[in-house]
Amino acid sequence: MSAEPHYTLYHPRWYRRRVSVWWWLQNRSYTRFVLRELTSVFVAFFAGLYLWQLHAIAQGPEAYGQFLVRLKTPFFLTVDAVAFFFVLFHAITWFNLTPKAMVVRLRGKRVPDWVVVGSNYAAWLVVSGAVALVLLRG
Amino acid sequence: MVERITPLLWLLFSAGGTVAALLFPVHLFLTGLAFPLGWLEAPRQEFLHRLLTHPVTRLYVLVLISLPLFHWAHRFRYTLYDGLQLKHLTTLIAVLCYGAALGGTAMTAYLLWTIR
Amino acid sequence: MPSTVALTVTRYRPERESEPTFQTYEIPFRKDWVVLDALNHVKDRLDGSLSFRWSCRMGVCGSCGMKVNGTPKLTCATFLSDYLPGPIRVEPLDYFPVVRDLVVDITDFVRKLKQVKPWILRKEEKPLGEGEYLQTPDQLDTYKQFSMCINCMLCYSACPIYGLEPGFIGPAAIALAQRYNMDSRDQGAAERLNILSEHDGIWQCTFVGECTKVCPKHVDPAGAIQQYKLSGATHWIKSLLLPRGTR
Repeated sequence: MSAEPHYTLYHPRWYRRRVSVWWWLQNRSYTRFVLRELTSVFVAFFAGLYLWQLHAIAQGPEAYGQFLVRLKTPFFLTVDAVAFFFVLFHAITWFNLTPKAMVVRLRGKRVPDWVVVGSNYAAWLVVSGAVALVLLRG
Repeated sequence: MVERITPLLWLLFSAGGTVAALLFPVHLFLTGLAFPLGWLEAPRQEFLHRLLTHPVTRLYVLVLISLPLFHWAHRFRYTLYDGLQLKHLTTLIAVLCYGAALGGTAMTAYLLWTIR
Repeated sequence: MPSTVALTVTRYRPERESEPTFQTYEIPFRKDWVVLDALNHVKDRLDGSLSFRWSCRMGVCGSCGMKVNGTPKLTCATFLSDYLPGPIRVEPLDYFPVVRDLVVDITDFVRKLKQVKPWILRKEEKPLGEGEYLQTPDQLDTYKQFSMCINCMLCYSACPIYGLEPGFIGPAAIALAQRYNMDSRDQGAAERLNILSEHDGIWQCTFVGECTKVCPKHVDPAGAIQQYKLSGATHWIKSLLLPRGTR
């Protein structure tokens, strides 16, 4: 007898679609997600701005004065306004999402989400008020 | 190597995000809009300088600048990796992002250390 | 109320085409019909060659997941009346290879599910003589939501990270791992964390949140993953500070 016949199992050709590089534009939720992630760029921008201000303060009153003048230019005013909205978007999405990651249990029952979110916003108000009070005294 | 410290990077991302969410809106509103537009009076350099000589203020400013930079580094790294599908550059992106955050932290720490 | 509505369905016949196409059927509109009823009408009366999966037709088996007008849905729970005037587009789930028409291959998901060991892990089995495990309602409450998963894979089809990173373990598998981690009878949390701390585990997730939005059983896999990240990070810190304490 010759060697056993070799059968190849019939395997149909599967179709795999490649994910487009524009995947984040195909869906409103995806676009909102990417915008949320891009708020980090404006966060970094402001951290850099504060670093610049720190440098100016360290160098003395003239440097600080120049810094203040620079911030009054239309370019910086526009960029700062845009950055402010993105930072606000970051803060709101961040506070709304914290209860997902931090589940607080008191006496066996889960604390409802709105309590956690509410305390975030309350803390935000308190802290912002404190910072404003300090900075507006000088 | 970066993978082994991923939990730490995520913690820094979370801490930075919280600092940015709580503190950046008020700071950015004052420094970027209210003071330049004259709605409120900007603090003088002598006042800010005096504040910065306190160790508490120095720590506050370090946290204010450094942690959000790490937040950006982690988040931007994943945005580039997923959003633009730059998988072949994954190590370079990680090095540039976390490197920039470390650099910013170092500059801040140096400035705060040398302020007299 | 119209008497008919158009149903545009993906067709893919690998023996004669290399890419999927669309085919439109005019089906009777009944206000109590779901998309699955429409598909079965097509198969029974109009075109017997249409291939699709379904089973319980009541939202508990997880077989009939497909995209309806671009959103992953259980076709047995999606009413035609919500999509008037039509046409209603039915496509196979994203990010899985299409075998034929609306049928996708789910081997990847099944393999990943097994990887996370979705069963009670004990260091030592409790002998029968000691009786049953006791669990309070509050203990049940900590993991009950995650146990509702019917493995329908709508969350995988919604997750862009799964589409971009095919190695990603994915929302349902991680939610089910968390379901066992939080079960008071389970002692396998450390073992599962080792598996899920890898490159393709929980750290790939960027909290897009689409998985939770499409889940038909309100499992909230996104929440499960974020909680897992927090516990993973806490565990990592503890293992750094007390290398022997976590053993």
